Amino acid sequence: MKTLKIEELSKNFGSTEVLRKINLEIDEGNFLVLLGPSGCGKSTLLNIIAGLETINEGNVFIDDYNVSKVEPKDRNIAMVFQSYALYPSMNVRENMIFGLKQAKTSKEKIEEQLEKVSKFLQVDQLLERKPSQLSGGQRQRVAIGRALVREPRIFLFDEPLSNLDAKLRVEMRREIKKLHQQLKTTVVYVTHDQTEAMSLGTRIAIMNHGVIQQNDTPENIYNKPSNTFVADFIGSPSMNLIKGTLKETSGEISFTASGSNVEIPIKDYEFKDKSNLNNKEIYFGIRPEHIYFKKSNEIDFEINLRANLSEYIGHEQIITFDYANQEILAKFPSTIKIELAKETKLFFDITQISLFDAKTDERI
Amino acid sequence: MQDSLKSSSYQQLEQKSKYTNMFLRWFLYFILILFASYFIFPLYVMVVTSLKTMEEIRQGTLLSWPSGLNLESWAVAWGGRGYGAGDTFLRPYFWNSIKMVVPAVFFSTFIGAMTGYVLTKWRFKGDQWVFLFLLFGCFIPFQAILLPMARTLGVLGISNSVVGLVLVHTVYGIPFTTLFFRNYYVSVPTELVKAARIDGAGFFKIFFKILLPISAPIIVVTIIWQFTQIWNDFLFGSTFSFGEAAPIQVALNNMVLSSTSVKEYNVDMASAIIAGIPTLIVYVLAGKYFIRGLTSGAVKG
Repeated sequence: MKTLKIEELSKNFGSTEVLRKINLEIDEGNFLVLLGPSGCGKSTLLNIIAGLETINEGNVFIDDYNVSKVEPKDRNIAMVFQSYALYPSMNVRENMIFGLKQAKTSKEKIEEQLEKVSKFLQVDQLLERKPSQLSGGQRQRVAIGRALVREPRIFLFDEPLSNLDAKLRVEMRREIKKLHQQLKTTVVYVTHDQTEAMSLGTRIAIMNHGVIQQNDTPENIYNKPSNTFVADFIGSPSMNLIKGTLKETSGEISFTASGSNVEIPIKDYEFKDKSNLNNKEIYFGIRPEHIYFKKSNEIDFEINLRANLSEYIGHEQIITFDYANQEILAKFPSTIKIELAKETKLFFDITQISLFDAKTDERI
Repeated sequence: MQDSLKSSSYQQLEQKSKYTNMFLRWFLYFILILFASYFIFPLYVMVVTSLKTMEEIRQGTLLSWPSGLNLESWAVAWGGRGYGAGDTFLRPYFWNSIKMVVPAVFFSTFIGAMTGYVLTKWRFKGDQWVFLFLLFGCFIPFQAILLPMARTLGVLGISNSVVGLVLVHTVYGIPFTTLFFRNYYVSVPTELVKAARIDGAGFFKIFFKILLPISAPIIVVTIIWQFTQIWNDFLFGSTFSFGEAAPIQVALNNMVLSSTSVKEYNVDMASAIIAGIPTLIVYVLAGKYFIRGLTSGAVKG
């Protein structure tokens, strides 16, 4: 039984297609993050799961029960919003029990739930306050509390941290992680922040233009992006994509960047399909953090590149190199001195690369 | 040497700016007082005249102070002289106006709030067109709807009645009240409505429990606006009612214009003030509750 299953789901607003044939499954207790740039349809998808938006095609199942036409309140879900959406005229207590009251829960049960949740979230001292008298973090807690008291099957979070300042955001992120560890409720979480996605999710679905690009564990998303969009979207700075061609001579595969004559041998790479690799136009993807200043293992590929630009950001520095007229970035600890406008000896970690077909942008 | 030169010139500049500021300040007060007296002057004349006897009015000037607190003309304006035919006084018409203005303000405000709520929080296909037409209603001059409205009231059998006037003012008020509430609710985050829907609240519950409690500022604005419009209306009142069903503004007009012999300026002035007092009261009372930003707490982080 899947806690949440989405089947061939499509949605358009008028003539604009927002979601295209989305298929998604979540097992009990998972933390799924929908990640993507703004306008990719992730919030719409969340609203559809909540029942706040109608569906044009396809179905949504919660616990194998088709809820596509079921009212939001009957879906056994709870949602936390970006603006918290606390009812301004009610105090914290009334805010938290509003849903239970609507569901005609008995008074004893309501009190019991309220006490349990408000203690758990440490808002039991704030019950008589109005939302306007709370700080950002407290509001966030109350909003989560309002969702918690209903004991839903699925928690939906719509960018809950983006209204908080940087420091508080990191704190609340950890609290949400703790919350999930303790409660083990299934979560669907929408964000455009990759750090949030990476640190919170047990699975991440990356979306773009209404299509899920990759739905995988955070490790696989980072290490084995399934296409150039995911490779480019995840990581800061994003992955270097060097254009060039593959060459296969008697089983040995190597890569040559266009405009360069340096052959980089490709070893231990898990190709999806080993045929027709010779002369294939590809993108050679390597993350800035996988370009080293010192050789760290035998397989590292040594190359001399010219440093053009240096960006100092405290604990590390980002250096822009010129590689056969293509810009590539590398990340080093800021203790290393690198002279600009000079050739520098660097090492590519060949075990960490990703290769993409230049025509389809898909991983090969 | 140069430093001292500099500092002395700074002192001069400082002095100069001090004088300029002082002059500007006095000039500002002068202008303010001038305008204030310009606006207060007619009221002064009205109050003073209403307290004079006819004898005083004939002998004194417009601005002269009354000899005492003579409230007779107020009594006449409100309750008449007590003889039968031809004696017009405001009391019955004042109550007509109250009976008209209270339900008309209530219904137009309530319907406006509802429409504003639907147009912002329950969007539907073509809702912009509905709003556009409602907006169009704001620009239709009173005169343009007189004939069709008279016909409608006739068909409904409520012409020349307070009920008819309530209907006219409610209908004519809806475009304005809708505009007010729509613009207010646009700034209320729709996430509130979504949260309430997930919590299981329906269309009316969301309106009454979530939106209406935070609408105090705009309700006050709407009430002030509608009350003033309806209370001060003369055209609809004089067109759709006559005789005993007339509102106060029509009665005031009749009183002032129908005097057969001498013009009783003191009674006229007292009547005019009486007809204006309720609007003043609404402004004074409602202004107190004119609080802004009740929702700000829930929205910002």
